[in-house]
Amino acid sequence: MNALQRHRALTRIWSSEQGWRGWFTTVNHSDVGRMFLFAAAFFFAVGGVLAMLIRAQLATPRSAFMGPDVYNQVFTMHGTIMMFLFAIPLFEGLTVYMLPKLLGTRDLAFPRLTAYGFWCYVFGGAMLIFALLAGIAPDSGWFMYPPLSSTLGSPGINSDFWLIGITFVEISAIAAAVEITVTVLRYRAPGMSLDKMPIYAWYALVVAVMILTGFPPLILGSILLELERAFGMPFFQAAEGGDSLLWQHLFWLFGHPEVYIIFLPAAGVVSTILPVMARTTLLGYGWVVAAAVSLGVLSFGLWVHHMFTTGIPHMGLAFFSAASTLVAVPTGVQIFAWIGTLWKGSPQLRLPMLWILAFFATFVIGGLTGVMVAVVPFDWQVHDTHFVVAHLHYVLVGGFVFPMLAALYYWLPHVTGRKRFFKLGETAFWLIAIGFHVTFLAVHWVGLLGMRRRIHTYDEGQGWEVINLISSIGGFVTAVGFALVFVDIAVNAAVAIRGSRDPWKAGTLEWAMPTPPPAYNFASLPEVQNRDPLYHDPALPVRIARGEGYLGTPRGDRRETLTVSITSGRPDYLVVFPGNTALPIMMAFVTGGIFLGMLVKAYWLVPLSLVGVGALMMRWVWTLGRRDDVGPQDIGRGVALHSAAEAADPPGWWGSLFLLLADATFFGSLLFGYAFLWTVAPNWPPSSYLEPDVLGLGLVLAGAILAPLGIRLAERQVERHAAPYPGLALAAVGGMALALAACLVPLGRPAPDFHAYDATLWVIAGYALFHAALAAGMTLFLAARAWAGFVSARRCGEVRTVRLWVDYAAVTTLIGLAASYLPGALT
Amino acid sequence: MGASVTTLPLLAGCAETYSTVHPAGPAAAAIATLWWVLLFGAVAIFLLVMLLLALAFRRPASLPAPSTDASRERFWIVGLGLGFSLSVLAALLAYGLIIGERLLPRPDADLVRVGAQASRWRWDFTYADMPGQATQGVLHIPAGRPVDVEITATDVIHSFWVPRLAGKLDAIPGHVNVLRIEAWSPGEYAGISSEFSGPGYREHRFTVVAHDGAAWEAFLRGEAP
Repeated sequence: MNALQRHRALTRIWSSEQGWRGWFTTVNHSDVGRMFLFAAAFFFAVGGVLAMLIRAQLATPRSAFMGPDVYNQVFTMHGTIMMFLFAIPLFEGLTVYMLPKLLGTRDLAFPRLTAYGFWCYVFGGAMLIFALLAGIAPDSGWFMYPPLSSTLGSPGINSDFWLIGITFVEISAIAAAVEITVTVLRYRAPGMSLDKMPIYAWYALVVAVMILTGFPPLILGSILLELERAFGMPFFQAAEGGDSLLWQHLFWLFGHPEVYIIFLPAAGVVSTILPVMARTTLLGYGWVVAAAVSLGVLSFGLWVHHMFTTGIPHMGLAFFSAASTLVAVPTGVQIFAWIGTLWKGSPQLRLPMLWILAFFATFVIGGLTGVMVAVVPFDWQVHDTHFVVAHLHYVLVGGFVFPMLAALYYWLPHVTGRKRFFKLGETAFWLIAIGFHVTFLAVHWVGLLGMRRRIHTYDEGQGWEVINLISSIGGFVTAVGFALVFVDIAVNAAVAIRGSRDPWKAGTLEWAMPTPPPAYNFASLPEVQNRDPLYHDPALPVRIARGEGYLGTPRGDRRETLTVSITSGRPDYLVVFPGNTALPIMMAFVTGGIFLGMLVKAYWLVPLSLVGVGALMMRWVWTLGRRDDVGPQDIGRGVALHSAAEAADPPGWWGSLFLLLADATFFGSLLFGYAFLWTVAPNWPPSSYLEPDVLGLGLVLAGAILAPLGIRLAERQVERHAAPYPGLALAAVGGMALALAACLVPLGRPAPDFHAYDATLWVIAGYALFHAALAAGMTLFLAARAWAGFVSARRCGEVRTVRLWVDYAAVTTLIGLAASYLPGALT
Repeated sequence: MGASVTTLPLLAGCAETYSTVHPAGPAAAAIATLWWVLLFGAVAIFLLVMLLLALAFRRPASLPAPSTDASRERFWIVGLGLGFSLSVLAALLAYGLIIGERLLPRPDADLVRVGAQASRWRWDFTYADMPGQATQGVLHIPAGRPVDVEITATDVIHSFWVPRLAGKLDAIPGHVNVLRIEAWSPGEYAGISSEFSGPGYREHRFTVVAHDGAAWEAFLRGEAP
């Protein structure tokens, strides 16, 4: 088979369907990544228009352009869209598109999950856009502090759009995070050990784990607030034992890591592009990885610095102030590693480099004002003023948008395979870079002069008029610059001339494929020996195309790739990916029923959609696996591997592990909220506590022993070639006992709107019930799979995957119910 | 005070109603000084980073630079990244904590206690020395004496802020936060709520009136000041 025949065969196997159907059934990461990027760009444009409305309103004092009702929706949606519908999805899109290419593999770990996440993002985002167009958009500010965002301050449907729409969108973040984590750990080119990974993969890994541990507190907070709004469960109402500060803790437990979730991908981009622009390699690879990891860890220890004015005790302030300044150290390490890289090489002023320089100038200012607001007394003065507005725009635009523009111009020749030929990009650069500083530099000062954020207009005579007018002019110049970028992309995609394969002379694997990239990425998977394979072997692209790597011979219709062992990068298993399917979009649509039912208070739709999602999930999983043992298969270069279906830790096991990490964070946040209300909230204790009863305790103990025991018994039976049904039956009974124990908790208690304590009991019991029922259901489903012949001593991975979920349900139900009984047992 | 004198030329002609850089009391003055220190330090660090960046592009041949990766890492990452960042930040943190400590509400023989209760969109003030009496929209305090304001809210979250006297502290339903304020001299100082509270947020203001000793006694006796 020659290179052209290989290209044709692989293209037929990996391409999306022809015509319009292809848009909705594709699961290919390049397609979905592009769709993510387009959608994120669309939302950026919407958010940008809102920004221009804000600047038009604030350009002159006593402006009559918008009243507070409209203005409050506009600034709330500007922040919400930029944070949740632009920044995070842009990272997801970039990573979904680029990561397999950087890692030298053919797709992400779970192609259908990629598509499912994308459609959840689109449907959730559509809800918010609808609210905006209908004039019923959220209007409590993007961090939605109750009681203002709850029924007291916002009785209409506005807040519900935020809570429900954003939670829907978060599904895509969690889905992307699970799959980025598993992809970086397992789906790399053979020989690519962890220390040989492209630096961006490290950043993506850190960010993905941060999403898994940072987003669950927000999802929990949104659920609790929606329960308060819909059913009067008073989690945030002081009169009934709730506390509005609980929301702030949950929100900023998410919100601060979020800032680094946004910054770190950009730092990854800078670490990737800057060495190439300086014709050298990154200085201090190990240091930079360590800095990224420590930023990820530290960022979870400083959420309270958004709450310095809420009356936190002084010791607490000192701790969080120290943590907030400490986080500047790994940032400093990265900044100086980059400057050192420039000194080491010979930097060239090409367009991506210009954007990186704009990033330096802007982000360093934002970082320095960030250190300022980490000093508590200073924060007391500038908190909630335009000083903070200026600071956060310096950080987010300088630390995210500018590096992403560098990424755009760096990888655009890769995506389109063309050259830019107008100087549009350079013009846009100067308009945006100068326009941005004109917009925001003086805004720091107007904040110090006492201009609060979120006021819809202001009076003359406070020294604010000139600065605001200048700022608005700068804003419109910036907007013209961004419009030029869009024009530039369109021109590039449509009419520019073909470019060369590796225009920047970079060393990473994404430049070892034809451009625009084919659907299969690599005609054969290269063996990697160092961090910049193309520097060491310029002929690598040709050898890949000739099929000299692994899996160079297409087999039937199978989308084949490899997994590798985590640290060494030794080839481990052969993976066969699912092909094009409408299942992801269907499942996202049905998932939307859950959220839509909550939104319009058609509560019957919620259980109905849940059943639908369950059925589709079973269909989803049923298509995986094999009914026979195949044994080792040839992957080329004289190596034979078992298929992933015959692995003890198949991809599904790894995916479950990281999904459960997010789930455990959610559960931990719930217990934190419970402890917070118990110890801090006013109007405690409630009139009575739940008394431990023998039946409940007996059931939960029996279930927590039987379920894990049963699934282990089944595993043992499978390994000994025996039928696993007795063990699975035991596990299912155990799961049902756990579910029953959870149902007993709210029995005989006052209604959940009576006191925050009872509301919390309901949520803990609901959580336990959901997981116990899920574990029991998975056990029964596994029995059906075993009956159909999908399980054997060799193919025992599914049993081990279910074991994870059963163990998790047992442990969380045990802990959740113990926590519920605790106050009653103590008094 | 010294800092505020130096700022005046910069601000000629500007109104200072809500300005944090025109302090009229000890807490706001300490923070205004803190700001000028922070600004000076930040500008210096920014210029240093930009200089290093610029030199990467046009480095004079005479300028010595580390030549191996190990020595480069020692210079850039250990020296500048860790050493420089840590020492600057440690100094800053210590300074911030000392100022924060000074601003705490501590026992004082001269202390006056008042209550501030925020609602959408009004402020109600009560006085420990004048039980049963309240004022709406105007907080009366004696000048030159420390005042502890006990802040709370009845509906949503608000924030008590008199920019020329002190930093802000939130008014949260179910909680009482205590803020120490003091005005050097008699006069009127603008107060604003600074936590977004819905459509009436912009107008959510109050006034602090600081009295000299005689006027404060008169106020406590119930005579209109």
